Amino acid sequence: MLVATASAVPAEPAHLESFLTKETRFFERPLRLSSRIAILVAAVLLLPAFFFPLYTMTLYSNQFPDGLNLNIYAGTLRGGQSPNRDDLREINSLNHYIGMHPLQEADFTEFQWIPLMLGFFIIFSLRSVVIGRMASLVDVLVMFGWFGLFSLWHFYNRLYTYGHNLDPTAAVKVKPFTPPLFGSQQIANFTVFNYPSTGTYLMLAFTVLLVIAIWLSARSKKESVKPQGSV
Amino acid sequence: MKRILQTALLLGVLPVLLVFVPSCARRPKVQQRGDIEQSASATYVAPGDLDQYYIFYSGGQSGNVYISGIPSMRHIATIPVFTPYPGTGYGFDKETKAMLGNYTWGDVHHPAMSETNGDYDGRWLFVNDNANDRVARIDLRDFKTKEIFGPIPNISGNHGSSFVTPNTEYVLAASRFSIPLPKGTYAPIEQYATTYHGVLSGLSVDPQTGHLSLGWQVLVPPFDFDLGSVGKGPSNGWAFWTSYNTERATGKLEVTSTQKDRDYIAAVNWKAAEAAVKSGKFKILDGAKIIDPRDVPGIVYLVPCSKSPHGVDVTPDGKYFVGSGKLMGVTTVFNFDKLQKAIQDKNFTGNEDGIPVVNYDAVKEAEVNVGLGPLHTQFDDQGYAYTSLFVESAIAKWKLGTWEVVDKIPVSYNIGHLAVPGGDTVHPEGKYVLALNKLSHGRHISVGPSQPESSQLIDITGDKMKLLYDAFTEPEPHYAQIIRADRLKPIEVYAQSENKNPNAIWDVKNAKIERNGTNVVVHMTAVRSNFEPNKVEVNQGDHVTIYLTNIEQTVDELHGFGLQEYNLQIVVDPGETKTIEFVANKPGVFAYYCTNFCSALHQEMQGYLLVKPNGTASAHAAKPRQSHTQVAKLGSR
Repeated sequence: MLVATASAVPAEPAHLESFLTKETRFFERPLRLSSRIAILVAAVLLLPAFFFPLYTMTLYSNQFPDGLNLNIYAGTLRGGQSPNRDDLREINSLNHYIGMHPLQEADFTEFQWIPLMLGFFIIFSLRSVVIGRMASLVDVLVMFGWFGLFSLWHFYNRLYTYGHNLDPTAAVKVKPFTPPLFGSQQIANFTVFNYPSTGTYLMLAFTVLLVIAIWLSARSKKESVKPQGSV
Repeated sequence: MKRILQTALLLGVLPVLLVFVPSCARRPKVQQRGDIEQSASATYVAPGDLDQYYIFYSGGQSGNVYISGIPSMRHIATIPVFTPYPGTGYGFDKETKAMLGNYTWGDVHHPAMSETNGDYDGRWLFVNDNANDRVARIDLRDFKTKEIFGPIPNISGNHGSSFVTPNTEYVLAASRFSIPLPKGTYAPIEQYATTYHGVLSGLSVDPQTGHLSLGWQVLVPPFDFDLGSVGKGPSNGWAFWTSYNTERATGKLEVTSTQKDRDYIAAVNWKAAEAAVKSGKFKILDGAKIIDPRDVPGIVYLVPCSKSPHGVDVTPDGKYFVGSGKLMGVTTVFNFDKLQKAIQDKNFTGNEDGIPVVNYDAVKEAEVNVGLGPLHTQFDDQGYAYTSLFVESAIAKWKLGTWEVVDKIPVSYNIGHLAVPGGDTVHPEGKYVLALNKLSHGRHISVGPSQPESSQLIDITGDKMKLLYDAFTEPEPHYAQIIRADRLKPIEVYAQSENKNPNAIWDVKNAKIERNGTNVVVHMTAVRSNFEPNKVEVNQGDHVTIYLTNIEQTVDELHGFGLQEYNLQIVVDPGETKTIEFVANKPGVFAYYCTNFCSALHQEMQGYLLVKPNGTASAHAAKPRQSHTQVAKLGSR
């Protein structure tokens, strides 16, 4: 039927036509059981991403050989806590010397939209399990990829802004800086390590599982085309 | 015949060998060097490593408690108790000032760790004040003095204190200096023997809060009650105090009170005293429930002891109590069961103001030949006792049961108390004995005529006691308590959630100055590296209250607040709020500044108190400064 429609189109853009036809066939392809299971697993894996930090920043100095910890969650900012120290409070106490704006949850709008988006992607991926078409799965992957990249860019932007918008009246003048997204940097007497954490890895696993799910239903075309043809 | 000759020859040679061999043996320096190295490594705590035990020293007339660590013997901290201590601002803020009352010193002799089932439980440390008849409670959660109880009614010279009962039901207190009662009564010294009285007492301890209150008191003859100890196990429910001057003499006690061969140990059935108070068998004297043993028999018995006794110490199993006459060459072990039997059989040899004196021979278990001038005894986990010998300047180690001295070690010099970890509990830990010596005799670089006291750490794990370390303390430790470090779980920051002070503020935005008539109330924050507000403007004569909160939550971020020429200095720990009150009676401008080094910009952590001179004082105020300078100049001419 699809082929019939395609044959009505003029012959000139035959390559494009055949390409689009192929793609359309691909998107129309039903998802096999193994793909659906992979998506389900991916959706389940995304749930704990609410509760694990997405990023962890650790600041080491002579005075803090165990490091001050800053954990960035989907919906909140939490410093390391021990009876003898509140790391977030300590980081803000120290940062005020270089004129950095205090880190406070209220300033971070992403704490509202990141959890919302994570929830959306869980539901959205479950939707593709139910619909069972390749198109719905590819939608999830593409949009999630966009969401992930945007979040990373946004986070980088945050790091840049906090490290560059320093109060000019601060007691200690430091060169504006941007902590790395992946790696370490020396800032005054602190060595700052910034690395993605469990939450981000769960999001990565989600992505990888979606790719696997696509691959599972994309391979052995003949087998999958035949049942479709019989429908 | 030949054999006899051989034997004789051998016997002749033997003394020569005995003289020679030890002196040869002593010679090799390698041996000594090895010994020193062993001692050094036994006490060395590498940088960053931690000590294994806390020593809580009483600080004597300094009014403080000192903390050192074992095995390093390093002094780590001082807990001010009865004396203002600008180092931590103790005695300058409203709360601690109220606790100290009008006293600026105390005489701390005997710290006592709170106990559960006869073992240290690490909750509180009680200390007595021999001078002003008080007992203080230190909370070992934050190492701060939380309560000062007293002056205790009717107790005069609270020396036989602050020993605690096995479940911290009571803290003991006793009169060393008998007086006419109640306090405030006058009676000529000639009436000492009849009108003056001693009192033995138990202060009750609230099991939850540790709060002290008057428990029971027992009226006793005017002896000088010296040291106390509590029964445990089979003797639980009894308390023991030594007493000197049972002659009831006055004047030069050195002579008048040492005439009799024996003084007494007072054995008090505190459970019976508690019951007597419950059943109303007491009189009220200066607010205290006091039992007269003539009205309520069965509470106090007197056990004769070598004259001028000092320490009385109950063995870990609670079966014996050891009393030492400080002028004698033996220490006496008394059997608690025998005491009970003598009481049952009424095996008495007399009475003192109606209090039965028990037959010495019926109660004595053994006289241990420890050496000259025995004072105090501690116990280890191997069944040995350690008795300090003041006159001989040594510690004797002897075996419980065989009552034989097995070892002796000289100390430098003139030991008073001694302390073994848990050495006065049901389960002593042994390992070390700490000699708390009265004289250091220059075993240190010279510091002039005012000499420190010496403490020596001695290893008691082997057959022979081994001196490990000399340490020196400020005046003047008497007794000490030693507890394994892992038994205490102190906090190091006051959590914001724990600070219940209604005047605490946690945001610099909430800092404020409010005026109500001539009362100025300041809510101030301290955080690296500023005070908020950093300017307080008042009128001369205003009553100023400052609530200062350290809003830090990081360990060791203390901030001080010193106010120039107003004699004010406090230190607030992370998360703590303190109150200072003063009348701004000096006009002018005074800086307040952080006294406890906090940060790179600590020096900048300062503000100004501006005191506007009031109308009449205005002209007057501008000049005194000048006239002072003039006086100073005149003086220098």
